[in-house]
Amino acid sequence: MTENVGTRFDRLPETADEREVDARPTREEVLTWWEDRYGVPPATFEEHTFWERGAGKVWAFRGDAPSPIEVQGLGMHVLRTDGEHWKPTTNAVQRFGVYATRNVLVLDADAAATFVRGEDQPVEWDGDWGYLVVARALAGTVAPLGVGLYLRGELRSQVPKGRRTDVDGA
Amino acid sequence: MDPLARYEPLVDDYEAFRATCERPLPTVVRANGIKASVERATAALDEAGVGWRAREWNPDLLELDTDAPGNTWPYFLGWIHGQEEVSAIPPVVLDPKAGERVWDACAAPGSKTTQLAAMMDDRGLVVATDDNLGRLAPLRSNAERLGVTNLAVTHADARHFSLAPFDFEAFDAALVDAPCSGEGTVRKNPSALSGWSESFLDGIAGVQKGILRRAVQATRAGGTVVYSTCTFAPEENEAVLDYVLGEEDCRLVDLDVALESTPGVTEWNGRTFDPSVRKARRFWPHLNDAGGFFCAKLEVGG
Repeated sequence: MTENVGTRFDRLPETADEREVDARPTREEVLTWWEDRYGVPPATFEEHTFWERGAGKVWAFRGDAPSPIEVQGLGMHVLRTDGEHWKPTTNAVQRFGVYATRNVLVLDADAAATFVRGEDQPVEWDGDWGYLVVARALAGTVAPLGVGLYLRGELRSQVPKGRRTDVDGA
Repeated sequence: MDPLARYEPLVDDYEAFRATCERPLPTVVRANGIKASVERATAALDEAGVGWRAREWNPDLLELDTDAPGNTWPYFLGWIHGQEEVSAIPPVVLDPKAGERVWDACAAPGSKTTQLAAMMDDRGLVVATDDNLGRLAPLRSNAERLGVTNLAVTHADARHFSLAPFDFEAFDAALVDAPCSGEGTVRKNPSALSGWSESFLDGIAGVQKGILRRAVQATRAGGTVVYSTCTFAPEENEAVLDYVLGEEDCRLVDLDVALESTPGVTEWNGRTFDPSVRKARRFWPHLNDAGGFFCAKLEVGG
């Protein structure tokens, strides 16, 4: 087995049979995870390749490139797979969470404002615990805002510091 | 020192030019089609009670009745991005198509990069390069907030850019939004001219020439290279074009943007330039109540 190198992107193997780096997720596992956890259809990522840069940081790139590739960025950082539970990024949920059909928690405008300020809050939710797609209704649709960790009646905002916003108005 | 006074011979209405440079800019954002339609973005602004007016020449550009577009829902969601009106000109001139490979040679902080990606429907490839490592972080975070995924970011001096990491030989198009003296940004930043000197112009013009040459070399025959700056100085604009026309296989072509502008100048401070630099356009602040800008379109292998 070879190792992860922190300064380069390696394309994820299609399946476990092609895996050369220990613990590196496969494309199949990533697609299955989005579908199982959030109901996002695998076809959503049909034109994307998945890449790892540093252990457990998965990126989605629309198109393909030689692997490995030494660049500063390749598509969007979409997922962390190094924890006990895989965790999508805020930006991935905003972009691909629009196709989610489960584990989506829709907040009202005030609770959504609390969430994007990065604050924890009590919520009523009788679904799964863990990382949820947190959304609000806006402009006639449900807009995914980011990721919340739901545990014991509390929603912990996972909006990263640099994305937290004190939003004006409704 | 009054650097703008040197442009009196080039401006049609010098008083209006100077008066406009004293006034702050309107707040303009670009609706980001990768994450939401203009209709959805404006509906969200309506719900937030933020007034807006679309720009006629580019309906994706919205002037807002707020000084803090960053504190709105559509901004948090990446449906809009703060971008000065004239800064949206070069991608429109480059006119990329979905599936093409486009190089943004001086990309940070990524307003034009993300506009290119949106015009390409997030398909094909945008390679965004910058030589300032500290400015790559905002470039990446802007691109990610705007939902861009057809992007590769590289850290390099564009003059010495290498295609080695990639598996293709040339780009279909390139944008050189060159580092410049920034005279045209004086409305956004009144101190923009405080460090102005003719020797700075000479130094930066050398960099601009090197980057534009590399962009022409890295673009396939028949492809497009767009050169732009946010400055008035002919040393950084027509003189750079004149030099590259002489060194590389390319020619200037007409560009069509429905904003008021004047042709590139063929004479400056006793120097004369290739007559085709008239095809470049000067966007003076008072003509469109916007920032100052310069833009030229080149065809490679002319």
